[in-house]
Amino acid sequence: MLHLILFSVFGLVCVAGAVNLVLQRHPINSALSLVVVMGSLAVEYLLLGAEFVAAVQVIVYAGAIMVLFVFVIMLLNAGEEEHSEGSRVAWLLGVPGLLAFLVMICWVLLIHANIREAPLGALPGHPSEIAQLLFHEFLLPFEVTSVLVLIAIMGAVVLAAKPESVQATKKES
Amino acid sequence: MPILTFIIVAVIKIALALFVLLTAVAYTVWLERKVVGHMQNRWGPTRVGPFGLLQPAADGVKFLFKEDLTPPHVYRPLFIAAPMIAVIFAVTSIAVIPFGNWITLGPIHTPMQITDLNIGLLVVLGITSLGVYGIALSGWSSNSKYSLLGGLRASAQMVSYEIALGLSLVGVLILSGTFSLRGIVESQAGHFWGFIPNWNLFRGGQFVAFFIYLMAAYAETNRIPFDLPEAETELVAGYHTEYSAMKFAMFFMAEYANMVTVACLASLLFLGGWSGPVFGPQIVQDILPLVWFVARIFVFLFIYIWVRGTLPRFRYDQLMSFGWKFLLPLAIANLVITATVVVLKK
Repeated sequence: MLHLILFSVFGLVCVAGAVNLVLQRHPINSALSLVVVMGSLAVEYLLLGAEFVAAVQVIVYAGAIMVLFVFVIMLLNAGEEEHSEGSRVAWLLGVPGLLAFLVMICWVLLIHANIREAPLGALPGHPSEIAQLLFHEFLLPFEVTSVLVLIAIMGAVVLAAKPESVQATKKES
Repeated sequence: MPILTFIIVAVIKIALALFVLLTAVAYTVWLERKVVGHMQNRWGPTRVGPFGLLQPAADGVKFLFKEDLTPPHVYRPLFIAAPMIAVIFAVTSIAVIPFGNWITLGPIHTPMQITDLNIGLLVVLGITSLGVYGIALSGWSSNSKYSLLGGLRASAQMVSYEIALGLSLVGVLILSGTFSLRGIVESQAGHFWGFIPNWNLFRGGQFVAFFIYLMAAYAETNRIPFDLPEAETELVAGYHTEYSAMKFAMFFMAEYANMVTVACLASLLFLGGWSGPVFGPQIVQDILPLVWFVARIFVFLFIYIWVRGTLPRFRYDQLMSFGWKFLLPLAIANLVITATVVVLKK
């Protein structure tokens, strides 16, 4: 019972944080709302019995990635956003798309209506089980992802580095 | 244990742990002023009480009665929230730290720990990694260039050194095979060769990891020689330049509470936690491990202060290259060697 209450409360907090993320005008408030979303997602994982995933969620997303988000916002000193009316294309495509998406979610939920609740602790939560999955069954996708991340890092370095012509002129002067 | 006793015991334990932690924070400040004073040929605090022992209380009263200034140009919600975030995350991690063995008082048999989680170590790392928000947001919301620079430096520094810190702990985890802090301590019980204790520092050969941990922990707690976020000579006081009264005291408390947590973790993971000679009647046997644990923490805090009294501050590029080009490769090498040795032994 307590579980269900906690689960619903943190689910609501998560959704509220996500809505607030979109509604806030200041980038730093949006980033902090995202931290709230990450944190409440971690609590949901914890309530489902996946302690390790919950801890990793907090350490990696809330503790590292979102800190970098906040860091960049602080560095750029981004100000408040201005409200625009939104483009007509967004209205024309977005509203039907959203409706279709909602219908699809409802349909999937109805099909699987016989699944009442997620059984507690049935998820592979122990670190050794997760390691077994990652390094045995899904080894190839895991390694491919690491290559993908490496490419992203190299791309960031290429984008951030000054072009060679600029460096050359600096050396001359 | 019936539910009511459980709740009462839990509340008493939480209150005790909080009281002890906050007192320890106050007296670490006293110890620091005293020790650094003697290192610099001064007396440190002497006026308030014998040996200046009541100085922390006097400081606390002073902080409470000082005018709480809020500069007009700040972003108020985050300016007020930032010190709270810092102190809350600094204090919360004490919840999973075990202080000693089980204690028996009449019918109640309970561990000296608020709660034992099977992911205890990850919880401490997660909570301390959130502490950086307090510093980063205070720097940003103050809307002053010194604070902003301090906040930026703090977030870059803490994210960088967190990686070396986390990697240095993986060797210990491989050796003990659990995330539970109590389990890690219990895996270090006993001696080898008759007298050398089975600590991870000796038995596991984790001395490299131990020094990586210590250095990264100094950077995580923004202590000299890594105190660039509050470098007085360049940034006035860094991220807490605009803060006064109790809000400033909260940052101070957060820093010292983090120091205590880091010292607790170091002794739990590398120095066998509360292991030590135990003798005498039951109640003494229950209390003695606590004494050994506190002794280790005291040693770590003393080293902190010693380093502060000895070393100058790093330059910013030195800080970054030290973390990324020296500590991180060393931590990875230690991890690979430890894993290889453990696999070969099996």
